[in-house]
Amino acid sequence: MNEKTLVELSTLAALPFEPEKSKATLDALNEVLALVGQMQSLDISDVAPLAHPLERHQTLRADAVTETIDASALSQNAPLYEAGLYFVPKVIE
Amino acid sequence: MNLNFATLTDLQKALRNRDVSATELTQHYLTRIDALDPALNSFISIQAETALDGARRADERLARGDARPLTGIPIAQKDIFCLQGQRTTAGSKMLGNFIAPYTATCSEKLADAGAITLGKTNMDEFAMGSSNENSYFGAVHNPWDPKLIPGGSSGGSAAAVAAGLCAASTGTDTGGSIRQPAAMCGLTGLKPTYGRISRWGMIAFASSLDQAGPMTRTAHDAAILLEHMAGHDPRDSTSLNEPVPSFSEGIGKDIRGLRIGVCREFFTEGLDPAVERSIREALAVYESLGATLVDISLPHTPYSVSAYYVIAPAECSANLARLDGIRYGHRCLDPENLQDLYQRSRGEGFGEEVKKRILVGTFALSAGYFDAFYNRAQKIRRLIKEDFVKAFEQVDVIAGPTAPTPAFPLGEKASNPVEMYLQDIFTISASLAGVPAMSIPVEFANGLPVGLQLIGNYLQEGSLLQAAHQFQQETHWHTLTPPEAL
Repeated sequence: MNEKTLVELSTLAALPFEPEKSKATLDALNEVLALVGQMQSLDISDVAPLAHPLERHQTLRADAVTETIDASALSQNAPLYEAGLYFVPKVIE
Repeated sequence: MNLNFATLTDLQKALRNRDVSATELTQHYLTRIDALDPALNSFISIQAETALDGARRADERLARGDARPLTGIPIAQKDIFCLQGQRTTAGSKMLGNFIAPYTATCSEKLADAGAITLGKTNMDEFAMGSSNENSYFGAVHNPWDPKLIPGGSSGGSAAAVAAGLCAASTGTDTGGSIRQPAAMCGLTGLKPTYGRISRWGMIAFASSLDQAGPMTRTAHDAAILLEHMAGHDPRDSTSLNEPVPSFSEGIGKDIRGLRIGVCREFFTEGLDPAVERSIREALAVYESLGATLVDISLPHTPYSVSAYYVIAPAECSANLARLDGIRYGHRCLDPENLQDLYQRSRGEGFGEEVKKRILVGTFALSAGYFDAFYNRAQKIRRLIKEDFVKAFEQVDVIAGPTAPTPAFPLGEKASNPVEMYLQDIFTISASLAGVPAMSIPVEFANGLPVGLQLIGNYLQEGSLLQAAHQFQQETHWHTLTPPEAL
């Protein structure tokens, strides 16, 4: 992984790219990638991926309201909330 | 009776006999927390008033003679479980002021059974860590020696029980986060089968791996807590719709004829020789109880850490995407635009380990790398699961060390992430396979607790608890307590 990849990944992950930390971050990420690279030595061409450990299908509940949460319990956690609206910086000029 | 280190069973009896009231018991633990926790940092928040209110109601119930199984029992909950109206941080600055709008199902079930929550315990940020050094609220210290780590990520839950600050606690385990701190603090910790306990209201790290479980002094206590945490929940689509047996009733049966698989891949060169001696001693105890030891192999175990460090970061990068500084969570000051708001809020709100894992996960899921990393890791996950399926055709339980070393000094591995990740080398494979596993204290090594890991077949928590309980009837390691002067 190089600095160009790190810039792209930071954008994809919505994290800031910090040039002064980039070497340390790249070293740390490359260390993890070296560890996970051990997977490459196995021949697994005939193996199917496993997403759910018990291989069960996720069960869906009926599409019905089962509980409600008071709006004030949610809005108290919002950094900026007024008149029922979550405020963000202007997105359309 | 020494209330500090009493078991749930002892406390249930004492409360029913009116030897102690729920209020006295709750106050007793709150006083100990005040006195001892400044040196341990095992709690992020204490709910003294709510706990004492609950204790008064418990005393009324006890007086009326209609106590529920856990009425009046004070416990601590990992700060990853949402409790309505209470601050729930997941050990992160990002959620430093988050007040949960609802209660996690398993916490609700414990409250319905009568348990009283004293407070929320410290943890590695978003459960990412093996030493509890990654918490925004500071590291937790091991009650056996405050210079040492307590294990992680449920390090606060482990330290609080080990120091006698609560009767039991809840934890979560994604790759070993219940079992490893239990091992390092001399406790019994159980990660049930994936889906046994609802994940609803439990802040997600890696959804296909996360599982809640009890952290207790004994296997009997773990059985009691598990039967009140487990059960189907329609609000969690991965919750198993399976009956929950009365785990505490079945554990008294002897284990003559039990076939215990000793996995050769768990006795590798990274294993501390003193830990190995303790594990071999424990296996000899099992033989003396009539169990048969069977040499087995789980050949893909060496690949488990690699596969885990793709799957867990990939899932965490998706789960933590919801934390964007808009509806809840930390928001940066004076954002220039929406992108700046997202990036700076997340940059300031998350710690270094969390950011690193988000980047690794984003990389593993990105175009061009998906097949080489994520898809490959999922294929290895199948091989690991198949290893267990084959092994359980031969044996009832698999045994080995929980962690390669006893607790190590704070800061020792902070600059070596891979060495830290290898702390979970023996616990990760059971997480990837989704099978239940637990850690119990065995002979200490160099004066420090050591954990024996017992792994069971799917939904066979009962067999694990029985094997653990029978061991604890023969040994005293689980009864040892840390020095009082912390």
